[in-house]
Amino acid sequence: MADPTIATEAPVAPDAAPEPELLHGAPVVLVHGSPVLHATREQLVDLVRALRDDGWLQCLDVTAVDYLANPHRTLPDGIAPERFEVVVLLISHAERQRLRIRVQVPETDPVVPTLFEVHPGTEAMEREVFDMFGISFDGHPDLTRILMPEDWEGHPLRKDYGIGRIPVQFKDAPDA
Amino acid sequence: MTTTEKSPRLTSEGAQEMAPRAIAGGVEVLREVGSVLRISEAEAGADAPADAETTIINMGPQHPSTHGVLRLMLELDGETVLRTKPVIGYLHTGMEKTGETLTYLQGGTNVTRMDYASPIFNELAFCLSAEQLLGLEVPPRAVWIRMLMCELNRLTSHFLFLATNGMDLGSTSMMIYGWREREEGLRILEMITGLRMNHNFIRVGGTAADLPDGWQQRLTEYLDSIPARLEEYEILMTNQPIWRERLQGVGSITTEEALALGATGPILRSTGYAWDLRRDMPYLAYDQVEFDVIVGTYGDCFDRYAIRLNEVRESVRILRQAIEMMPAGDYRTQDKKVTPPPRARIDESMEALIHHFKIFTEGFKVPEGDAYAAVESPRGELGVYLVSDGSAKPYRMHVRGPSFVNLQVLPHLMHGGLIPDGVAIISSVDPIMGEVDR
Repeated sequence: MADPTIATEAPVAPDAAPEPELLHGAPVVLVHGSPVLHATREQLVDLVRALRDDGWLQCLDVTAVDYLANPHRTLPDGIAPERFEVVVLLISHAERQRLRIRVQVPETDPVVPTLFEVHPGTEAMEREVFDMFGISFDGHPDLTRILMPEDWEGHPLRKDYGIGRIPVQFKDAPDA
Repeated sequence: MTTTEKSPRLTSEGAQEMAPRAIAGGVEVLREVGSVLRISEAEAGADAPADAETTIINMGPQHPSTHGVLRLMLELDGETVLRTKPVIGYLHTGMEKTGETLTYLQGGTNVTRMDYASPIFNELAFCLSAEQLLGLEVPPRAVWIRMLMCELNRLTSHFLFLATNGMDLGSTSMMIYGWREREEGLRILEMITGLRMNHNFIRVGGTAADLPDGWQQRLTEYLDSIPARLEEYEILMTNQPIWRERLQGVGSITTEEALALGATGPILRSTGYAWDLRRDMPYLAYDQVEFDVIVGTYGDCFDRYAIRLNEVRESVRILRQAIEMMPAGDYRTQDKKVTPPPRARIDESMEALIHHFKIFTEGFKVPEGDAYAAVESPRGELGVYLVSDGSAKPYRMHVRGPSFVNLQVLPHLMHGGLIPDGVAIISSVDPIMGEVDR
């Protein structure tokens, strides 16, 4: 804490190991003490299933990030950055640890296989990602909008979706 | 760990029990409890065939027992609930999007409005996540003040639950008693933070202010009043045959189902699964205080009620220890990067003035990276996922609201019950819609 400008910037970059470790075929990096896996879309479901059998019993969260405005981020070798990234958060109660899986999703084909088969609790979270980012989940039982109205156009958390100044329209309002 | 290790028994008609969570897939869980209604508005609105045996009705969004604006589409056979579809989004204001336009200092005012019954936890999760990115150590007094505020907030949140749970089940006196205790807790929060709700008290690097004079005495008086009040609740509710009749065996869930559906907090603990982040993945100074993790047995509404009632007692224990053990020192970090200079320095130093101005206009820059930090809110795991691009505003802020995820349990709890049971069940899940919709 002595040097305010420089000291705090060092510990954040993931450990730049030359040869990333593999867990079930996906490279692992340690970020802030918890493992982060970089998986491909094809690997995702088998990876999550294998991890569940290893004791990562609960899927706490599925979310996404739109890297449109920030394409230059640190990724392990061999992982090509894409516009979207789906982030899956697992927890192991036995080992008392969390684990993140980051999946690159291209803009042209924003489809990810659903985790519903493995963790049915991802249903609402995947609907939220679909609603907010327009990323489809292949095999999802009910992929509809969850927070926005059913007839809404656009996906609000995308970076090219403007913020604010959208007139609120109430259904059947006389002068809408 | 109560999860059974063996595979389910096989009969000539296949497995008769659900497999342990490690083996059971999502499809199996849902076949077991096929209770989620998945139809669109148009399908629900279409005329039902004349010989239909079920009806679809809406409960909410304007229904007193739906805790705000939760709407449930119920498929009913007579009065028995078959399938349920929670319809949410009525309070959606795009807070995650808003969070991307606010600096880390302003972010607190945004997240604190999500779970408005326990705002301190939102602020804490947000700050812990940002501090992880900054690699910032918080001074011990700040840690203890944060913990004290959290437990005080847990008290008010659980009293809110006890009040509304009583109200939903027809015990109006309980509603008044619950509000009374909550109100006194809010007065103490107001004394410390200046506001009853939406405090923005926990800031990146510490807290907004030190504890005011006389806080120990005020808090001790409050804590002294609680045990006797809880005894009253026990007489009024826990030991009442009517109360037990309404709650026991209603809305049961197993550990396997709760884990599969991502449920955390009192819902998971009610199934006998002892998982509490405060004990199992300690943050703040929870590893230095003594308290018990309350678990249930049957996973029903009564267990969820009893867990929250007894967590009030545990929070009182933690608060008493916090009063005893509160260390002296700084209430925020002396790292000049995130903490503005003290008011007095501004009058004497031009640099201090510029620095102060910069922090409040531009904000402080947070190194690139992503981080997830979670706390045990009164409703379960509340986590904040932050992605920073190195600027003074989060590139992406995602909040894992426990209410949002816990709401998925609702159709499974309601399945096969009556509508009045449904009221008890919604109440026992204790969803805060501000956090569900964000």
